[in-house]
Amino acid sequence: MSFLEVKNVVKRFDNQSALNNVSINVEKGELVCILGPSGCGKTTLLRTIAGLETTDSGKIFIDGKDATFLPPAKRNFGIVFQSYALFPNMTVMGNVLFGLKQKVRASKAELRRRAEEVLEMVDLTDHSDKYPRQLSGGQQQRTALARAIALSPSFLLLDEPLSALDAKVRTKLRGEIREIQKQLGVTTVMVTHDQEEALTMADKVIVMNNSVVEQVGTPKEIYGNPATNFVAGFIGSMNFLKVDGGIKAIRPERIKLVGRFDTFDLKANVSAVEFKGPLTRVYARTKNAAEVSIELPSQSFDNMNIRAGAQVFLRLPEEHISRYTEAWGEIAV
Amino acid sequence: MRGKSKGQFLLLCLMLAAFVIIMVLPLFALFARAFQDNTGQFVGMANYRAYFANPALSRALWNTINVSLVTTVFSVTLGFLYAYALTRTNIRFKRFFRYMALIPIFIPTIVHAVGLISLFGRQGLITQMGFDIEIFGFIGITLSHIIFTFPQAFLMFFVTLEYADGRLYEAAESMGVKPLTKLFKITLPEIKFTLINAAFVCFTLAFTDFGAPVVIGGGYNVLATDLFVQITGLFNFNMGAVVGTLLLIPAILAFIVNRVTNIANMGAMSAKSTKLKVKKSLARDIFFFAFCSLIVLFFLTLIGALAVRAFTTFFPFNMTPTLGNFQFSPVTGGVGSFFNSVRMSLITATVGTAFVFVYAYVAEKTDGFEFLRKIAKLFSVLPLALPGMVIGVSYIFFFNNPNNPFNFAFGTVGILVMANILSFFSVPYLTIMGALKKLDREFESVSDSMSAPRWKLFTMVTVPLSLPAILETFMYYFVSSMVTISAIVFLYTPRFRVASIAISHMHAEGVFAQAAAMSLLILLVNVVVRLIYEITIHLIKKRRKQA
Repeated sequence: MSFLEVKNVVKRFDNQSALNNVSINVEKGELVCILGPSGCGKTTLLRTIAGLETTDSGKIFIDGKDATFLPPAKRNFGIVFQSYALFPNMTVMGNVLFGLKQKVRASKAELRRRAEEVLEMVDLTDHSDKYPRQLSGGQQQRTALARAIALSPSFLLLDEPLSALDAKVRTKLRGEIREIQKQLGVTTVMVTHDQEEALTMADKVIVMNNSVVEQVGTPKEIYGNPATNFVAGFIGSMNFLKVDGGIKAIRPERIKLVGRFDTFDLKANVSAVEFKGPLTRVYARTKNAAEVSIELPSQSFDNMNIRAGAQVFLRLPEEHISRYTEAWGEIAV
Repeated sequence: MRGKSKGQFLLLCLMLAAFVIIMVLPLFALFARAFQDNTGQFVGMANYRAYFANPALSRALWNTINVSLVTTVFSVTLGFLYAYALTRTNIRFKRFFRYMALIPIFIPTIVHAVGLISLFGRQGLITQMGFDIEIFGFIGITLSHIIFTFPQAFLMFFVTLEYADGRLYEAAESMGVKPLTKLFKITLPEIKFTLINAAFVCFTLAFTDFGAPVVIGGGYNVLATDLFVQITGLFNFNMGAVVGTLLLIPAILAFIVNRVTNIANMGAMSAKSTKLKVKKSLARDIFFFAFCSLIVLFFLTLIGALAVRAFTTFFPFNMTPTLGNFQFSPVTGGVGSFFNSVRMSLITATVGTAFVFVYAYVAEKTDGFEFLRKIAKLFSVLPLALPGMVIGVSYIFFFNNPNNPFNFAFGTVGILVMANILSFFSVPYLTIMGALKKLDREFESVSDSMSAPRWKLFTMVTVPLSLPAILETFMYYFVSSMVTISAIVFLYTPRFRVASIAISHMHAEGVFAQAAAMSLLILLVNVVVRLIYEITIHLIKKRRKQA
């Protein structure tokens, strides 16, 4: 049995469905990312696991026990919100101690030692006497994390923990959070709308859309074998090409540019070239006006002498093609 | 229901029950009386027909409308110009002018009238100089009301003009729009709702005020004084109830208009509004500086006139300086009435602040119970439409009934405190609601996840973070209670007289010097309380910035 189990949960707000028969499993020690566009129900799912929202039907099991009607305080989790919700009138130390004082029966010195230990872990020892507004965004985020893990929760919930941060800090913190999570071995559920975040951090990704789970899998599975056209279109870039009886989908970096005398699948005219640093993207249009994008290392591109207007020959390897009945988003002809 | 929700549910019910007792039931008692004869029989509209059939009674209604209309026109115009001067010109001493405009808030309305009498009465300073404007009656009432409603109009316009979006004017400028067009196309639409609301607020305040007409009204009857006479003089409770319900009309209209315009006005102020850059114009600045100075000069003259009266032996015949007028004669309430006022205001401020805070907290932060919370929110704004006079009369009907289990409260300071808490409830409620809404919604969730009880979060986080709003509420309740007279005039007992009542008695007894002295004491206490408040807020802000 999995550590966390959500079974057929339904939740509606004013006749608007937020969770429509959602079931997920989270194994002990795993980091699971719930990924989806805004309004897909991912935050509701997290809050339902926390007990901050009630369910209309369905069940939630924590460590094998039915927790569906358990209040948040009895579920033993730590939580970090996008806003961090740090108490502004307390220092970093005060914030961490607030929960400890409630839950742990121990001497003051003992509690302090525990708090210092956690602050050490998130590298905030030098800042423990500062107030939240004196900290950078990243430091605030780590304070919130410290406060959440101080009580040794049996699982950790992270609600868009990095989205309020600058791109650089975000990348750095991804690694740090993941490291702490592994070190503690704490089961973690994280909600994000940032696919890069989900793909780099998670053991397992749950993709949600329109209140339902679209796919559950490792980052590689999600990216390499999207189960539905939504997952295919939502994660990374995807070419959708109309063929008899449905849609063929292939990622831009899987398309090969070949010479005119090699075997090719498509002939197209380059309409634009976009330099993206290490990679270069080529947009080309087939004779029936479908636009295809191809991505290749900038180094290889430089050797090819391709300009707008040039004719290119494309090979679409069968092993990288997924097939759907419909496209997602922009439909190629 | 979970254990925690049960506690929240009980607290919510308790708050609602409190409001039912201090507002709903007394109002019900008032309306019941208006439709009964003096034996308690239901008589339908008979009392109203009798009221309008009797010109001696109904004339008061037209008089009141008359006074209120003139007051509104003047107050709104002056308030707007004063606010315009402080926001859209480059005059100096803006801060000084802003504080000076608030003087009338710190003294009972009855004192404005007393001050005017000191200037324009038979022995008034200005009358003595040969200008007699016949202050008793229409002119006196209206002038008092203009003084007392001016700060309200000014404050409303000030807020609107201060936060207006300067970019609109810059955009208009870049398109070469003429000044007059700017006035009609930008400024007026911008202040449209404030104008309507300010007009209603001034009209309602003037319509329901009791303090000014009771001393300066002469033979000019208005509703508030009529109500007083019907209840305490003629013991005609049913006719009193009729007058009480008439007093509610403009407030209810104002209330509805306010709701509607608030909804329409939402989102008019975007977060990105930039401050307006005021252009240079010497002529404009001179005009507005002179205007503001005149207003302030008038206020100061009024206070000055009170001071002259208070510190001279027997104005105008014996001008020897004295402190003797501060030895108040016990017949009219004595110095005890002053301390009674302070005591009542302190209790009101303490209990009121705690009540409003818990009330707003429960209405805002409880999980679930949507329906009950909606009722709580509706209750919270209704006191805006309740004039003090109406609260006072309703309380007589409701609490002064031997069968009422709360009858014991009648005749105690408790009922005065209750009336004050209700009377001034809505403004502090909005202040505290605003403060609570600014707190992170997830504090409760985080605290729950740490198994911390809600009261712990409440005392350690919610209350400390709301301290500025709490202090503001305390100050507001204190100052308002110090100057109020309308509800209290029905509810005080000779054993517990407050200062504003004492002033009316001193005036009735002809000891004007003591009335002036008492007025100065009230002003002094209120200014000191306001100062302490400003300094504390300043210190808190400074500390929060440093920390």
